[in-house]
Amino acid sequence: MSALRNYVDKLKPTFSAGGRLSFLASTFEAFETFLFVPNTTTTRGAHIRDCNDMKRTMIVVVTALIPAFLFGCYNTGLQVHLEGFTAFLYGLLRILPMLCVSYVVGLAIEFYFAQVRGHEVNEGFLVTGFLIPLIMPVSTPLWIVALATAFAVVFGKEVFGGTGMNVFNPALLARVFVFFAYTTQISGEQVWYSDWKMLGAQVDGVSGATALERLAVSGNDMGFSALDAFLGFIPGSFGETSTLAILIGAALLLYTGIASWRTMVSVFVGGLAMGYVFQWCGVTAYPAWWHLIIGGFAFGAVFMATDPVTSAQTNTGKYIVGLMTGALAVLIRVVNPAYPEGMMLAILFMNAAAPLVDYFVVEANIARRKKRVKTN
Amino acid sequence: MSKEKEPIFSAKNLKYLTGPFSANNPVIVQILGICSALAVTVQLKPAIVMALSVTAVTAFSNLVMSLLRNGVPSRIRIIVQLVVIAALVILVDQVLKAYVYDVSKQLSVYVGLIITNCIVMGRVEAFALGNKPWPAFLDGIGNGLGYGLILVVVAFFRELFGSGTLFGLRVVPESWYMAEGGFYANNGLMLFPPMALIIVGCIIWIHRSRNKDLQEK
Repeated sequence: MSALRNYVDKLKPTFSAGGRLSFLASTFEAFETFLFVPNTTTTRGAHIRDCNDMKRTMIVVVTALIPAFLFGCYNTGLQVHLEGFTAFLYGLLRILPMLCVSYVVGLAIEFYFAQVRGHEVNEGFLVTGFLIPLIMPVSTPLWIVALATAFAVVFGKEVFGGTGMNVFNPALLARVFVFFAYTTQISGEQVWYSDWKMLGAQVDGVSGATALERLAVSGNDMGFSALDAFLGFIPGSFGETSTLAILIGAALLLYTGIASWRTMVSVFVGGLAMGYVFQWCGVTAYPAWWHLIIGGFAFGAVFMATDPVTSAQTNTGKYIVGLMTGALAVLIRVVNPAYPEGMMLAILFMNAAAPLVDYFVVEANIARRKKRVKTN
Repeated sequence: MSKEKEPIFSAKNLKYLTGPFSANNPVIVQILGICSALAVTVQLKPAIVMALSVTAVTAFSNLVMSLLRNGVPSRIRIIVQLVVIAALVILVDQVLKAYVYDVSKQLSVYVGLIITNCIVMGRVEAFALGNKPWPAFLDGIGNGLGYGLILVVVAFFRELFGSGTLFGLRVVPESWYMAEGGFYANNGLMLFPPMALIIVGCIIWIHRSRNKDLQEK
């Protein structure tokens, strides 16, 4: 360990101001703080100091995504009729290129902008880059993944000024880009299954719609048992199928206090309430709670809606935004036949509305406290 | 009138013509005429026809209003401008219908909507009413072409990536497409107006990073 420290210290002058490679300062800084806890503290103003800096926060989120990722690997193999460890291995090999493309493209753009602007490289992309393959169908071509990642990072993040300034969740922006630009790659019956012939996978003739699409067509039958849908043995985007694996991640996020329970709970409550409204009105002929276990609802609620940058900042705002996200997702699913999945659009819409909600919450608070002031 | 006669293409006059191409571009600097830039740029051909139509309307409305500028009371100038512009737009519309009927069909209402294009009235108000006919005419042509330049650039990218064609001719080979066993697919987002807005945004981004004096503090 100390050998590594010495090596880093030896390199430092080359990259510091005046050094030969000083134009790569932020790249060096990124790798140094990736290896070691930085030894610097904020110098100005009053700050709450905590060892849990951005890098550690992001690593916890990545850890919370691991159960969904591992299950996604297994399920990908399972969908092409493999079993046990072979299924897992198949899925892992299938997703690795997509993961690499997402990280390489995204980080390259992040590093480039950080260098040009003289910022530190931010860690947010460690999560975004991991999320992007998880919310895509497993058969998405790699060049589309690369293009979507580039679009999301440049137009979702860098034009607004980088991590922490983005209005929209970058990972979801990548998915929405694929959704509108290459619609046939993200809907239909073929795309949810891997098409790689290896490890004895039976890929010919394997096809089938997702539970959401079947439900939209039939009106009351999702084609799978509710238990399968909860455990995740259904076709769908790579990491979104298993509600159970996502809930394990959610438990970690809530235990460490990184995601807001207010947002998470209210998204589920909003979705469930809207589902019951439709059920009682007779619009839908299936139980309302089905909405929570199929499609990307749970994944969106746990990992996307809780994004600390794009969600509401005030506690009351978090309840409002959460409830509306859940309700809108179910509303789009049930009412709009063109979009069987509404979670993505609902979250992005509420991302845009979150600052407005926050504004009114703050204004209401000011008005409430003004009443206490005695005037005369 | 002892002043010497100014040459027709003096440096000052040329500036009216070329200024709107870059430093004073109506679309990417003044942010005018965005609506039609989003609407007619799915393909190159209608974009070019639109650019020429707008150029004709701005040039002649500037010329006519500049000739009339001393005779029109300022209280009713807007209505006079509208009459002039509307007459010119109807002329352009008739010419398009007579000679390029298919493009005229494609452009549909957007030819008529040149009347509401902010660039036309903007130039009449800001320039023609205070300048002589010849500079006003040049200014109109310059602004029309500056607008057209952006339209063509946006339409180039939208047609190339959205349909794989340029001027309706196939550029991306058929064999590249997934349906033919290839790897490529057209970008459907390019056919939607939001993508045109993003492309215009990119042009503004590049333009401002090259012209430091345009950057806001």
